[in-house]
Amino acid sequence: MDWSDSEVDPDEIFGDGDEDPENGPYPERDATKEMVVYLVDASPRMFSATCSSEVGSLDTQDYVSTKHSKMTENQKDATHFEIAVHSIASALKTQIINRSYDEVAICFFNTREKKNLQDLNGVYVFTVPDREDLDRPTARLIKEFDCIEDSFSKNIGSAYGILSGTRDNSLYNALWAAQGLLRKGSIKTTDKRILLITNEDDPFGNIKGVTKMDMMRTTLQRAKDAQELGISIEILPLSRPDNEFNMSTFYADLLGLEGKDLADFKALVGERLEDMKNQLRKRMFRKRKVRRINFILGNGISIEVDSYALVRPTNPGAITWLDSVTNLPVKSERSFFCSDTGSLLQESPQLFQTYKNQNILFSVDEISEIKRTSVGHLRLLGFKPLSLLKDYHNLRPSTFVFPSDEEMIGSTSIFIALLRSMLRLKRFAVAFNGSSSNPHLVALVAQDEIVSASGQVEPAGMHMIYLPYSDDIRPIEELHTDKNPVAPRATDDQIKSASSFVKRVELKEFSVGQFSNPGLQRHYAVLQALALDEDEMPDVKDDTLPDEEGFARPKIVTALEEFKLSVYGENYNEENDTMDTGKTSEASRKRKLIADHASKEYANYNWSDLADSGQLKDLTVAELKYYLNVEKLPVTGKKEALVTRILTHMGK
Amino acid sequence: MRATRIKDPYEGTKEDQVNTIAMQMTAHGMKMECIIFRAKQDCDLDKGVMEENDFLLSLFSNKSSSKMVYVESATSLLGALRTRNISPVTTYRGDFELGPQMRIKVWVYKKTSEEKFPTLKKYSNKAPPTDKFATHEVKVDYEYKSVEDPKRVVPPEQRIKGYRYGPQVVPISSAELDAVKFKPEKSVKLLGFTSASNIMRQYYMKDVNLFIAEPGNTKAILAISALARAMKEMNKVAIVRCVWRQGQTNVVIGVLTPNLSENDKTPDSFYFNVLPFAEDVREFQFPSFSNLPPSKQPNEQQQEAADKLVQMLDLAPAGKEEALQPDLTPNPVLLRFYHSLEMKSKDPIATLPPLDATLKRITEPDAGLLNQNGVVFEEFRRCFEVKENPKLKKSSRRIIEEKPSGSDKEGEGTGAVAMDAIEYPSKVDTGKGDGYESKDIVDKQGDYSSKVTFKKEGDDESKFKVEKIGDDNPVQDFEAMLSRRDNPEWVEKAINNMKQKIISLVENSFQGDNYLKAWECLVALRKGCIMEQEPTQFNKFLYKLDKYCHEKQLDDFLEYLYQRDVTLISSAEAPESKVPECITRIWMGKKEPKVE
Repeated sequence: MDWSDSEVDPDEIFGDGDEDPENGPYPERDATKEMVVYLVDASPRMFSATCSSEVGSLDTQDYVSTKHSKMTENQKDATHFEIAVHSIASALKTQIINRSYDEVAICFFNTREKKNLQDLNGVYVFTVPDREDLDRPTARLIKEFDCIEDSFSKNIGSAYGILSGTRDNSLYNALWAAQGLLRKGSIKTTDKRILLITNEDDPFGNIKGVTKMDMMRTTLQRAKDAQELGISIEILPLSRPDNEFNMSTFYADLLGLEGKDLADFKALVGERLEDMKNQLRKRMFRKRKVRRINFILGNGISIEVDSYALVRPTNPGAITWLDSVTNLPVKSERSFFCSDTGSLLQESPQLFQTYKNQNILFSVDEISEIKRTSVGHLRLLGFKPLSLLKDYHNLRPSTFVFPSDEEMIGSTSIFIALLRSMLRLKRFAVAFNGSSSNPHLVALVAQDEIVSASGQVEPAGMHMIYLPYSDDIRPIEELHTDKNPVAPRATDDQIKSASSFVKRVELKEFSVGQFSNPGLQRHYAVLQALALDEDEMPDVKDDTLPDEEGFARPKIVTALEEFKLSVYGENYNEENDTMDTGKTSEASRKRKLIADHASKEYANYNWSDLADSGQLKDLTVAELKYYLNVEKLPVTGKKEALVTRILTHMGK
Repeated sequence: MRATRIKDPYEGTKEDQVNTIAMQMTAHGMKMECIIFRAKQDCDLDKGVMEENDFLLSLFSNKSSSKMVYVESATSLLGALRTRNISPVTTYRGDFELGPQMRIKVWVYKKTSEEKFPTLKKYSNKAPPTDKFATHEVKVDYEYKSVEDPKRVVPPEQRIKGYRYGPQVVPISSAELDAVKFKPEKSVKLLGFTSASNIMRQYYMKDVNLFIAEPGNTKAILAISALARAMKEMNKVAIVRCVWRQGQTNVVIGVLTPNLSENDKTPDSFYFNVLPFAEDVREFQFPSFSNLPPSKQPNEQQQEAADKLVQMLDLAPAGKEEALQPDLTPNPVLLRFYHSLEMKSKDPIATLPPLDATLKRITEPDAGLLNQNGVVFEEFRRCFEVKENPKLKKSSRRIIEEKPSGSDKEGEGTGAVAMDAIEYPSKVDTGKGDGYESKDIVDKQGDYSSKVTFKKEGDDESKFKVEKIGDDNPVQDFEAMLSRRDNPEWVEKAINNMKQKIISLVENSFQGDNYLKAWECLVALRKGCIMEQEPTQFNKFLYKLDKYCHEKQLDDFLEYLYQRDVTLISSAEAPESKVPECITRIWMGKKEPKVE
């Protein structure tokens, strides 16, 4: 029996052609399931504090990638509450795509209305029908949460929860409710987190005396209880423009931060909306380690490092086959037959490869033995100057490596020392990564930390780049040497005109990963619409197209014209200029011949009549192909398929 | 490989003869690759002969389609010999649009493409040995069954694709999907240029393509050349948007980096690397190294030792061949497989050959280089201290914050302790110095194996020493074995041991007296398999157990388990598992599931 009823099928939806399934799901995987409770402060203060969305003055360059900034230009000032809600909404959307098994709850505190299991005042747990309070995100949750701002004041309402004269303690209640939500699931297999978003650094500022002491004590105790149950509490503090969030007033005690840790803990400084959102986004997702690796440096020295997958292609996810009648999943059962005798086989223990007209047999164990080379270890082989790492030395996405002292004390300091040496000497390390499925030679490239106003841009650490072997590199450059006896080189003048074009079309603010994948966005928008039974299919904007406006600017047009003139000369017709028009390849000539022939024959039939009278099926496949060729339709498939295709094309 | 057999006196000079041969080769479309092996010590060879050979061979490469590669080691020689010649096909032929007014005709090829380990066919031995025409192949037949009602077969054409969206599975027919799909036009468009430093190396996503100007198209070659050289000079790269084929349902954003040709025969070109989309990047925050406590920061002396190591362990020393150059480094796994094929073709029962010494140069550090730098390593080791974390208990493998128990907090790694550890191991004070064997360390100095334990706490020994699962406390033994860190094989061993234990408990049970224990073991095994990411091990075992109990008429044990709700590990609990969450329980309802 085989359980693989859900197959990753990147080719069908994402027909890139060269995407092979082995390459798709990388052997490295994320570890455990996560449960998060977003605790969002909804006090009036969250609505009064705003931060401007003003973007640093646009560059005066002729052509600046403005897509990124355009988005923000249209936005007005946003309140802290809006920022929190937007960030959660976008986190939910990412989560439903990437980690839909993780569970999430959204809980507001300092609210007018209450809704929670314990019936506590000032706490409102938001959810939608067909979903528990803490559950996997659903299409409906995302849709309704997207417009929560509109209904918030009516249904939930904002109110100060901790006031002098009452015994109400909304923060305590919120923590209690969150802990209650996180009761399910074993701590062994799940990461439980409470993420508190607030801009109030002194929640008990309004009250005084014994009551205050009492409230603080019970609240801290509540937090400690939760932490002892394995729930981690994190805070995303938002700073008001006039008043920086002071962790040590109260929250440092709640989180158990001390000394140095506290100093490192920076509040999210809310000067620019985009920056603030970026920071929120970064802190919302928990780092997930891929695996711990033993990094052997040689001569008996080895350290421990953790690997992380910071970039991995996101694809539309696995296909689950359903029975179209019931819409329930089907599972596939696989059975093996001997093709010689037709008898049913149990899983065959042996494999074979034909070699020199012989069937060479291997056992499964033998094959894995062949692949086994220093499993589980990363072995340092030596160092090379960075200039020797070429742009074509790449096969798959890189893996990030960061030291850990958890098992081997001292790993971090060795790692930092090596990292700094590599950066200073401009060298990279070559190592052999012995994974069991695909052992590989890798380059370890040192990356220094990059910090900008909006926080960490690149963490310090090493990136493991999978190097190709000679078997994987193709000598394409030499492929056409027969056609180009001597390769022409651009003259200095031509290079100069190219330079001025390059200078004009500068993407000032380009950053890797600024575009979202239009194919994927469309796919998920369609899924969401279908999941919610909406009729209208959403339209997704494609950000990846060139900036037409930018290219139409006179200076760019002139620069490009000049470059064109300098390399192509005047009156150049791009379409017809190939020196070897006579020598077009065999295949394309054949294709042309077929097309010519088809268009000649095409005229001999009255296709519409044939279709109406149902006589298409009486034609031969060759005849049907005349139509398909002329109309530029695919010509593959069985006769029946061809007929259907023609009928569909005619709209019949 | 050497141009010897050229006779002097008859048909002109050697040079003329080579020219004639080269012309003939070009006329016949022959290509030649010369791999010239230069051992490091060939000083006593005749310099004159070598130079003449080089000269004659270089004539070939100038006059005909041949190329020369110099190699200095056996490993590089293996790498230079191409095992399989692939005739490349273009990924794209068409316009590279620089803007609305200008296009360059380009062809795009794959520059790198991972050569996969061959997929072997399944072998069937059912055919009678006398049947000479037997294919021995295995046919696979798929049958689809409803999850609700496993007896009902669903014909393949009645299936419909469903995509997960959160907990929902959304059915979409192919036609429906096709109608709403994103369908960009086939094109390659320039978005703009940016500084090369803006695109960090770690963002290259896939194998690499090569953009060349349309062969034979002089104007296109010039345009690419001008652009590539301008970009190189200015240290810029181009960001492009590509749709390789009509009907492709996604776009690719990538970076073009100039690849300037070093000889007159090949035109300039661009390397193309795919860049990630916003969805592909996971922005995790990591602590800054500069904010770490001083104990974790290297001091000046340590930094110096690291500098020396990075400098001296040099794979590309001046005047010598660059070691492990990707273009000259073969895939050791593939070569080992080919070697095994050859051996087995001669002797079907031959055992697998070990990894060849030449190939070990790829997977292991070069002993020569290490010996040469023995002093550097000694110094490095003297400066740093690495030791196992003594506080790490078996349970803390999944981090639940443990309170530091103050007193045994290790002194922040001072160099002196480490030095002692190496040179006078017996004196090292680990509290219970007995756990320490000096011989061990001495051996390890020569051996670059993985096990480096500088210290071991005596009282931890007992926990680490569990080697098999006993009768008294199977669950505890199992957990102890799983947490052994000295060898990854313990996990596998523990799991297998536990399986045997469960079977034997069930087998030897009298009126179900062992069932409780067996169930506890099974629960522990399940937990262990989730933690160790081995869900398949557990799931397969559960099937086996099911089958076994049916065979041995132990259905009451199955009933016992059923009541206690033991389920398969679902993909929600462990991503490796192929069992969807919704069907983890149905195995119990069946009489005889087949086991793979």
